[in-house]
Amino acid sequence: MHSSTLIIVLLGFMTLAYYMGRKRSLNLVSGRVRDLHSLPSYYGIHTALWCGVPALILFVLWISFEGAVVTGMVVDNLPQEIQELPPERLNLVLNDIRNLAQGDIVSQAVDETMQGAADHYSSLLRISDMALFVVALSVAILGGLFAQRSINRHQRARNRVEKAINFFLVSSSSLAIFTTIGIVLSVLFESIRFFQQIPVTEFIFGLEWSPQTAIRADQVGSSGVFGAIPLFAGTFLITLIAMFVAVPIGLMSAIYMAEYAGKRFRALAKPVLEVLAGIPTVVYGFFAALTVAPFFRDMGTSLGLSVSSESALAAGVVMGIMIIPFVSSLSDDVINAVPQAMRDGSYGLGATRSETIRQVIIPAALPGIVGGVLLAVSRAIGETMIVVMAAGLSANLTANPLEAVTTVTVQIVTLLVGDQEFDSAKTLAAFALALVLFTITLALNMIALHIVRKYREQYE
Amino acid sequence: MEELVNESGVVAKPLNPEAATEVDMQASYEQHGSGTVGEIYVNDPRMTCRNVNVYYGEKQAIFDVNLDIGKNQVISMIGPSGCGKSTFLRCLNRMNDTIDVCRVTGQIKMDDQDIYDDGLDVVPLRASVGMVFQKPNPFPKSIYDNIAYGPRIHGLSDNARHLDEIVESSLTRAGLWEEVKDRMDQPGTGLSGGQQQRLCIARAIAVSPEVILMDEPCSALDPIATAKIEELIDELRENYTIAIVTHSMQQAARVSQRTAYFHLGKLIEVGETDQIFTNPRHKLTEDYITGRFG
Repeated sequence: MHSSTLIIVLLGFMTLAYYMGRKRSLNLVSGRVRDLHSLPSYYGIHTALWCGVPALILFVLWISFEGAVVTGMVVDNLPQEIQELPPERLNLVLNDIRNLAQGDIVSQAVDETMQGAADHYSSLLRISDMALFVVALSVAILGGLFAQRSINRHQRARNRVEKAINFFLVSSSSLAIFTTIGIVLSVLFESIRFFQQIPVTEFIFGLEWSPQTAIRADQVGSSGVFGAIPLFAGTFLITLIAMFVAVPIGLMSAIYMAEYAGKRFRALAKPVLEVLAGIPTVVYGFFAALTVAPFFRDMGTSLGLSVSSESALAAGVVMGIMIIPFVSSLSDDVINAVPQAMRDGSYGLGATRSETIRQVIIPAALPGIVGGVLLAVSRAIGETMIVVMAAGLSANLTANPLEAVTTVTVQIVTLLVGDQEFDSAKTLAAFALALVLFTITLALNMIALHIVRKYREQYE
Repeated sequence: MEELVNESGVVAKPLNPEAATEVDMQASYEQHGSGTVGEIYVNDPRMTCRNVNVYYGEKQAIFDVNLDIGKNQVISMIGPSGCGKSTFLRCLNRMNDTIDVCRVTGQIKMDDQDIYDDGLDVVPLRASVGMVFQKPNPFPKSIYDNIAYGPRIHGLSDNARHLDEIVESSLTRAGLWEEVKDRMDQPGTGLSGGQQQRLCIARAIAVSPEVILMDEPCSALDPIATAKIEELIDELRENYTIAIVTHSMQQAARVSQRTAYFHLGKLIEVGETDQIFTNPRHKLTEDYITGRFG
């Protein structure tokens, strides 16, 4: 509550600083803006930045170190025997003190030392808050005043503001990069913990997947075998089926859209096709599980085949339908990017439309189409919801699309759903799977983007 | 009228010479139809165009053009940008069909066959009226496949050896054989600009056309490559009828026997190239070739 008040007050100060800076710059030249190096608003922003930014940095630093400092001071005041407790027990005591200070339930009887420590803790926090308030506002006022004093006709306020904006933009874009790196590292470290328990070779080459580990020694049915091959085989099978559906349909619809369709049809059909991409995958999931899978099963029965009610076929076909707009809109783009001169050259020789498409346009657009298909593959590999609902959970190592298979993503979900302990091989296996999956899709994306880019350069 | 009939037996379209020299041509068109000055007709035409109008949607791009294209002759079409000369050229092998909003009226005949007849198939038409474009546009295929493309789609060769012969003779006639014979399997896009354009000409020749249309074939080339192409055009005249659109009046003067001057979608004047450049009859033609505008 205190912090939000401080932020609001700071924003108010910044607004004030803006007007003060602007006014001073105008006063300096008695209203003749052209005598100033920069426009008055730049002087205003410059002053406001000086007022707000140092105070905000101070605020962030203060908040991040406050806890540690205050805790340290409380510990210093505790009796010697508590100070010498092992770290985890000490943490427990500190937790109690914090809870006591905030009026929450504590885990042991409240004695005098504890109560004293809690009072000390809350008084320290109060002092810290007050101090932050005073210090931050003084920094804001000093910064604002300093900037306002330093304004003169030749000050390059515009350049400084531009630099500050540049810095903000850079930090925003690096945020995404750091997040990615953070995710990769966390997955990597957890995987390393997993591989300390299960050998890498067993994980990568093992043919059996049964991640149930025993919590108690007398439990039955808990084999704990972590061979990832069946999972990757299942993922591969479903992706293959999806591509068999998505690539021909997507490519042909792209060809129709780009080469044959009239303007009005195109304007209507393209957004409709792209609606397919906007349907939430969970909707595809129950469409697959409740409509497509029973349909395939009934079809199979009437043909004398036994089709599992959760078949790779159903999941793959629905996933393929989901990916159609992906393939078609990327292919449409690359087909449109083939220069009109190619078409003219071919028509000028008396080629028909389909000859032109087959022999000139598709070969010219092929690298881009391949890139698009690879992007779609990586999308299919990472797809989760459809396969969770339609593909099944049993890790069968089979090439028969009529049987139930499971995929990497499905197993990650089942491993992490519910209450889990995060030091067993079972849960850590999810990170190892995620690492391999991430590596595959990253490699596919990089290859695909490389191909697409190379192709783009060719005609520009 | 006498002065409009020249020694090669070309018959002039009757018109009112006084009106034709007026600067305000609009009035003249309204009174005298197409109002073209010079020799529209030739004795031995390969293609004849009568009252050709072209519309892009509502906008009319070509107004009532009458023109004959003589056998084994080069006719060049000149005029300021946007005058419709390229549009007219593209009418001659129905390339305008690929533009949805484009509509052509009038009659264009090739050897007494109306090429805009409903029953006519554009595939053989475009095979016999080849086209070379402003920017060299080789397909992203090998040099060999670029040339073999046309013969393959038209089924012109019976076997691989015959196809090889067609490819070699086309490249030879386009003056490119010596330069590329050792790298037939390399992509056509890897050649230099001038070589690419000769490749495109060879590609057009490979389907044995009777007429070759060239739309500013040298505008993207340097003077040396241009000179080679011009030389080639002159040689090709023996076997083919050629219509060329160009922005360079020197080029028109060098390569063509007849010249047609277009202005704002109208065919203003047509005649022997020498006469057009030395003694233009129409004021607009004279202004253009003397560089007063355009």
